[in-house]
Amino acid sequence: MTSELFGADLNPWVDAIVRLLMWVGFMTVVAMGLIYLERKVLARFMARIGPQKTGPMGLLQSVADALKLIGKEDLRPRNADPWTFELGPYLVFIPIFMSFLAIPLVFDWHIRLFELGLLYFVAISSINLVGWVMAGWGSDNRYAMLGALRAVAQGISYELPLVLSLVAVAIFNQTLNLEEMILFQGQTPNILWQPLAFMIFFVAALAEMNRPPFDIPVGESEVVGGPFVEYSGIRWSMFFLGEYTALFIMALLASVVFLGGWAWPLGEELGRWWQVILMTVKTSAFIFLVFWVRASMPRLRIDQLMAFSWKVLLPLTFAQVLVNGLVLAYEWDYWVSRVALGVAGLAGIVLLYAIIDRSVRRPRPRPAPVAQSEAVTA
Amino acid sequence: MLRLGRMAVGASGATHYCALRPVRGESGRLVELQTDQLFNNYIPVLLASIVGFILVLSALIGSRLLAPFSQDREKSTTYECGMLPLRRTSTNVGMRFYLYAILFVIFDVEAVFIFPWALSFVGIGPMAYWTMVIFIAILALGLGYAWKKGALQWR
Repeated sequence: MTSELFGADLNPWVDAIVRLLMWVGFMTVVAMGLIYLERKVLARFMARIGPQKTGPMGLLQSVADALKLIGKEDLRPRNADPWTFELGPYLVFIPIFMSFLAIPLVFDWHIRLFELGLLYFVAISSINLVGWVMAGWGSDNRYAMLGALRAVAQGISYELPLVLSLVAVAIFNQTLNLEEMILFQGQTPNILWQPLAFMIFFVAALAEMNRPPFDIPVGESEVVGGPFVEYSGIRWSMFFLGEYTALFIMALLASVVFLGGWAWPLGEELGRWWQVILMTVKTSAFIFLVFWVRASMPRLRIDQLMAFSWKVLLPLTFAQVLVNGLVLAYEWDYWVSRVALGVAGLAGIVLLYAIIDRSVRRPRPRPAPVAQSEAVTA
Repeated sequence: MLRLGRMAVGASGATHYCALRPVRGESGRLVELQTDQLFNNYIPVLLASIVGFILVLSALIGSRLLAPFSQDREKSTTYECGMLPLRRTSTNVGMRFYLYAILFVIFDVEAVFIFPWALSFVGIGPMAYWTMVIFIAILALGLGYAWKKGALQWR
């Protein structure tokens, strides 16, 4: 059995290795680019200029950072558990690296198309929580331990809305194969008919990636970097690389599942470079949205975070799944079902907004003030 | 047959390797699944775990070759805001984390059941749908109970 790559017939093992090596190079460039872009975009939001001295317009900033990190001393605290401490970065990075396999970039450009691609992504991408716990527990540091526990609590809480919002779309499209999902969106992207699922996916993805405003596990002002406190040099940068790779992959997944991938709006028969441009635009838009949220939202408290997932997002996601199922089980007409789903999704978004608005406006319970005389006598 | 010409996988057995998928017959039903193709499809998963491992390892080795190393008693103490750490980190974990973890296990198992249902209930009739509604309703009752008991409240 052979496979075709660039017109050459290859052994499946060689083919897989070539594709993976291409992904390694691509990933490194993209992660470095994203770090640079995030700094530039955030700087613009804060009315600064951002990196500008290294290379033209500061373009070589990430390269300089990488070189600096390789040359830094790699410390390991005396009390740290050697195995968990050393293996933590591997377990954070490898699942993120592997989760890319299932994602189709443009037509015929992918590492593999799995029939159960979405399930594969969901299954693989959640393993990295184990790495966080290992990093936090192995460091033998109170901040790291607290950060790891928070990371797991947050990760498992937002896992459910993330998975179930993707399942809702899978029900609507009747496939878990990501390429078939793209083909399904030839005329209209899923986001039009599943706006609530997209909102839930976006929020849950932010939380899964530990991006602000959900960066509670790594909050600098509370747990001084969380599980990474004791990590330095290149070992620390593995977490960083994983974070930005995860951001990129999540943006790719969002553009494939919700924004129509390479098929919408220009159709499936386009040349490959148009598809590349479409995917780039959609992915960049999603990533920009993530940066934007970071620039404009303060960090949540952990009780708000957990309550939001379990009391708001989870019931809404179940409702979305059941509504999608209802429309499909009774086999409504093409347009009737779509419009009904779109209206239901918008209603859900309004409900979501109302819930958030109500809880924001509710006066916060304050600790009872200490009486003046008591304070003085004590 | 599937929709795109180049991805088409026919019953003739002429398969496009990159777009491996179960072979579908005229009716669109699954008629055949070749096990060696299934295996080939998951070769990259095995290789990716190895490549990822080598990637991290090579970065660490590069750092080991380039970076300075010096042993120092003070340097290798645990960071604790400038003070000396009193004892090893206690591994006591707050009870609330367990509550969330147990709830998560329940609902994640539910998600596992929803995945196969999601792809197969259409065309069987409304009964398949209402069965899942009852299943989710039972779990929603559980969530409601946990909510009422205050298990979802972060204390």
